[in-house]
Amino acid sequence: MSTSKDDALRAINKPAAYGPDLDVNQYSRQPKNWEPCPISSLPKEILERILEVGVLPERENRAASFFQIDHSVIFRAVQSLFEDKVEIMSAREALEKYDWLKDYWWKIVSVDTDKYTALAELAWDQGYFIRIFEDQKVTMPLQACLFISTDNLNQNVHNIIIAEPGSEAQIITGCTLHSSVQRGLHVGITEFYVKEDAKLTFTMIHNWAQNFDSRPRSGALIEDNGVFISNYMCFKPLKSLQMYPVAYCRGVNARARFNTIIYGTGTSYIDVGSKIVLQNEGCRGEIISRAIATDEAQIYARGFLQGEHGNTKAHLECRGLILSDKAIIYAVPELMAKVQGAELSHEAAVGKIAEEQVQYLMARGFSRSEAEALIVRGFMDVSIFGLPKELEREIQRMIDITTERAL
Amino acid sequence: MVKCILEIQNLSVEVSGKRILNNVNLQIPEGEVHVLFGPNGSGKSSLIMALLGFPAYKIVSGRIIFKGIDITSLPTNERVKMGISVAFQNPPVIRGVKLGRILSYLMPDENKIGELLVKVKFPQSFLERDINLGFSGGEIKKSEILQVLAQNGDFIVLDEPDSGVDVENLRILGTIINDALHGRSALIITHLGVILQYINANMAHVLMNGTIVCSGSPVKILGQILNEGYAWCEKCPQVKTMRCEL
Ligand SMILES: Nc1ncnc2c1ncn2[C@@H]1O[C@H](COP(=O)(O)OP(=O)(O)OP(=O)(O)O)[C@@H](O)[C@H]1O
Ligand SMILES: [Mg+2]
Repeated sequence: MSTSKDDALRAINKPAAYGPDLDVNQYSRQPKNWEPCPISSLPKEILERILEVGVLPERENRAASFFQIDHSVIFRAVQSLFEDKVEIMSAREALEKYDWLKDYWWKIVSVDTDKYTALAELAWDQGYFIRIFEDQKVTMPLQACLFISTDNLNQNVHNIIIAEPGSEAQIITGCTLHSSVQRGLHVGITEFYVKEDAKLTFTMIHNWAQNFDSRPRSGALIEDNGVFISNYMCFKPLKSLQMYPVAYCRGVNARARFNTIIYGTGTSYIDVGSKIVLQNEGCRGEIISRAIATDEAQIYARGFLQGEHGNTKAHLECRGLILSDKAIIYAVPELMAKVQGAELSHEAAVGKIAEEQVQYLMARGFSRSEAEALIVRGFMDVSIFGLPKELEREIQRMIDITTERAL
Repeated sequence: MVKCILEIQNLSVEVSGKRILNNVNLQIPEGEVHVLFGPNGSGKSSLIMALLGFPAYKIVSGRIIFKGIDITSLPTNERVKMGISVAFQNPPVIRGVKLGRILSYLMPDENKIGELLVKVKFPQSFLERDINLGFSGGEIKKSEILQVLAQNGDFIVLDEPDSGVDVENLRILGTIINDALHGRSALIITHLGVILQYINANMAHVLMNGTIVCSGSPVKILGQILNEGYAWCEKCPQVKTMRCEL
């Protein structure tokens, strides 16, 4: 039997199915060293950056926190109130602690998917392990931050999230970097296990830099009556981002939903898709994506629904807004039904700001630029995502900060 | 002679190269309510768009004078700020832009918005609705009136406020509109004139094929149209008397 390492070695030169092919040797493997410390005592510069990706320095408003800078885990703790509900630790720690964890490692995402998954196996730099205990409802969000402080660094994390049967939680993961960092490569493997009757809401916010590359690789497995909601947001320019997370609705009545908002600026090359595979009776899926492209940004907005069982239903809605003549949005919605009774549908629309809408708002007294800003902001309305109210407000706040600057 | 709040002089308008309005002349004295009749596609709504300065409605000749100022080349929002408030016939859906967001821009006082909602019998939850998304025909009318009231202009334009509205809501809207017209000037487009049961109009005009073909007493003109159809208007004499001055 071949080990993960063998599989990785075979895939180390394998380009990804999508996105520009990167030479992974162009990045540095020499991180800065960071000693463990409370998040709030990190340099002010870092604290300002993490706020933009939803990570709070104070512990009071988060049930648990994990913080990694470059390759070092500097903080991880569960608030005392939630100690019997959830655990959080570095992935390495977890693998040492739990022998059974190897049955969750590289089980949804294949190690030989491409050179980036291979890299995460061969040059693995931590990541986090979060487990919500059986029947525990964690009312406050958990947070994880993956931060890069060294220019041109390659950071490869592998995260495992397990929502045990009947549990419920929201996790916010923010990935960002120090203002001195211009280049680099972040590879993030995340494997989600949503067990029977569990509900997991995962919100990931990326803020990278102009010359930065990012290659997340995520997969979720959802058991009977489980619910998995993934929210992804990326508002800042970067060199290239490519990801295509997949959710397998394996159990009866399993549900998955992907909500994505991309704001592509500068010369960003962004290729983001979501895929849902319906594998059992009563499974439901929904993919909603919003892409805005300005300047010379190129955005590929993909979506894939695959029906492998009868009495399943899924819908894909992809909308794109082009704000510049040099920007491009390709919407690629795909449906594949392998059996009868898999009801799959999609709608996709890409276009400029509708002049008729601008005129209407101007007839109410808004100036042209106010009207356009209002329409763009409306386009990124998160209330359609069906998130918990508090999380919705937080995300809206982050969008407002970003769009205020962009518009 | 009283002052004109609006005077449209020899206005001709094209949309994508096609002539839609031809030499339209219209005077509305301050404080008067005028009605605009005309068959489907005759150019009534287009006249409103041109009045607002929507760029697709290209003015090929003529002038629009509002409150004594030539507004023919002003951007829409500046015209509106001078006091023109329009309730549209077919307003667009704007996803993610809430009715409440527009109302609070027009009327920062939240209590006043609450009062308006009660007036048109809209639940508070309507403020959270994306503007015009999934609104029923009657709800569009109410939402448009609501915005016009919040805009508080002194020249009100209503494009078919009574079409597709049920009896109960017609009463609600008729009463509100009548209240709103107090001390204001207005131009109201209607087909069947049902709204005229609730308001007093001073004058009516008939627009056919992009031209105003006759003007006169609203009741008389409506009666003739209902009895004989628009064919009657073709032979009715054009009223040319000046009713107001700039
Ligand atoms: N933006 C546009 N693009 C193309 N044609 C237009 C546009 N706006 C108006 N028209 C055309 O101009 C003509 C007049 O339309 P308008 O909407 O002004 O009519 P109306 O008198 O308001 O009719 P109705 O009673 O049906 O509302 C119609 O033939 C219409 O198709
Ligand atoms: Mg019309």
